[in-house]
Amino acid sequence: MSPIAVEVIIFLIKAVLIINGLLMSAAYLVYFERKISAWAQNRIGPNRVGPLGLFQSFADVFKLYFKEDVVPKLADKRFHLIAPVISIGIAIGVYAVIPFGDSFTVNIGGAATKIWLAVTPHVNVGILFILAMTSLGVYGITLAGWSSNNKYSLLGGLRSAAQMISYELSMGLALISVLMMAGSLDLTEIVHKQAGGSWNVFFQPLAFIIFLTASFAETNRTPFDLPEAEPELVGGYHTEYSSMKFGLFFLAEYINMVTACAIMVILFFGGWNAPFLYEALALPEGSPLLALTQFGVMAAKMIPFLFFFIWVRWSVPRFRYDQLMSLGWKVMLPLALANIAITGVVMVILKHFGIIS
Amino acid sequence: MSVTVLLFGILAVVAVASGISTVMSRNPVASAMSLVLHFFTLAGIYLTLQAQFIAAVQVLVYAGAIMVLVVFMIMLLNVGREEQMRENPGYRTIIGTALGVMLAFQVGKTAFTDVAGRHVLPPGSAVTGTTEALGETLFKMYLFPFEAVSLLLLVAVVGAVILAKRKI
Repeated sequence: MSPIAVEVIIFLIKAVLIINGLLMSAAYLVYFERKISAWAQNRIGPNRVGPLGLFQSFADVFKLYFKEDVVPKLADKRFHLIAPVISIGIAIGVYAVIPFGDSFTVNIGGAATKIWLAVTPHVNVGILFILAMTSLGVYGITLAGWSSNNKYSLLGGLRSAAQMISYELSMGLALISVLMMAGSLDLTEIVHKQAGGSWNVFFQPLAFIIFLTASFAETNRTPFDLPEAEPELVGGYHTEYSSMKFGLFFLAEYINMVTACAIMVILFFGGWNAPFLYEALALPEGSPLLALTQFGVMAAKMIPFLFFFIWVRWSVPRFRYDQLMSLGWKVMLPLALANIAITGVVMVILKHFGIIS
Repeated sequence: MSVTVLLFGILAVVAVASGISTVMSRNPVASAMSLVLHFFTLAGIYLTLQAQFIAAVQVLVYAGAIMVLVVFMIMLLNVGREEQMRENPGYRTIIGTALGVMLAFQVGKTAFTDVAGRHVLPPGSAVTGTTEALGETLFKMYLFPFEAVSLLLLVAVVGAVILAKRKI
């Protein structure tokens, strides 16, 4: 086989694995959300389908598939159809650049081939790509709101557009201080820079808190779920969606949650770095087992964040709209800007005394 | 045919089609979304020219921020289908056609004049498009113009705030 064919086949296998993995993780995230909410409200939660209710999400998906797909008569049919597709497509598209580990080497047709644990590894503008994709995510929600031809949907869509633009700014600015320390936009490179326990969260706690808050707003989760605030807007932008079209919005929300957690782990918590673990295992460089361990470490680090997302949803009430806006523009934006200035000054001082290069 | 040429062909066709659809759409939202698609394909074309940073920023700034505001405004004002655009087609059509013909003439002249080596990227262009190289150039060679532009933008923002909100 020619090298380019091998590349393409590896790429396709990785893409299939990541898409299916994501859909599965989203399905189980829904299950965990229901279980944790039940725990928070002194209930039992789903326990009928399969052992401990583990197959509940699949039952839900099949139910959604077999439901009638109602499209409002006066809706804009084209945009009503493509809005959920945009949402889910962009949610999954971000994973093109997210790495889950280093590389491992396998023998394909007599040639040692390095396989990276990312669909497209070492993208020079990795973080910018993620920001660009997430900034497009707003179209899915806004178009859904507009095309439904429903006042509540439209209000939900407009709210989401305003909210996502506002919080994207603080999110991007919070990232800049991390990038200043890493000196690279390549996600794999940023993880390597944090080797040996020098995780960015210890140096940039403020940036982490701003990023965490902004990612709650970007994923439209409580306390920032104003685009779909039930008491005010019925169901917000997806009021007029039914069947699997609604299911796609639902899936996209959970995949966005996984994305936010993955980015937080990569940027602030050292990605697949773990103290003492790799020294203790002493696996050879490039072995598939090492790559698998790295993937495991990364996944294990993401789980507490996912729990945190769900936990917050069931403990914190929703913001009011003006509170949301003043928090974004008057608190988080100045804090993020100040953080950049402080980081810059400290870096210059440290460089002057030769502590960092 | 190399992969780059093939990609460029696909992107160029989509770019032109979405550009035409932007102008021809009766529905303002459809028009705006065509423009978003157009920006997206432009970013793809930048990528075939090895300009990764510009490509990412193109999507981030134009498609992700500016067009969201445009769509926001269209929805907020609930702009109807081609409001009053057909009232006086006279001078608009004439000026528009004249400008269009001039543009088509220029594009055609450039496209059909053969300059040797125009379709080949200059050596080292794989490096010039990266964020590092761009930053070096921008903050070392063109620092003053860069700061001047940022000052200009600041003045524009202050002006917009003053015009929009007289009582603060």
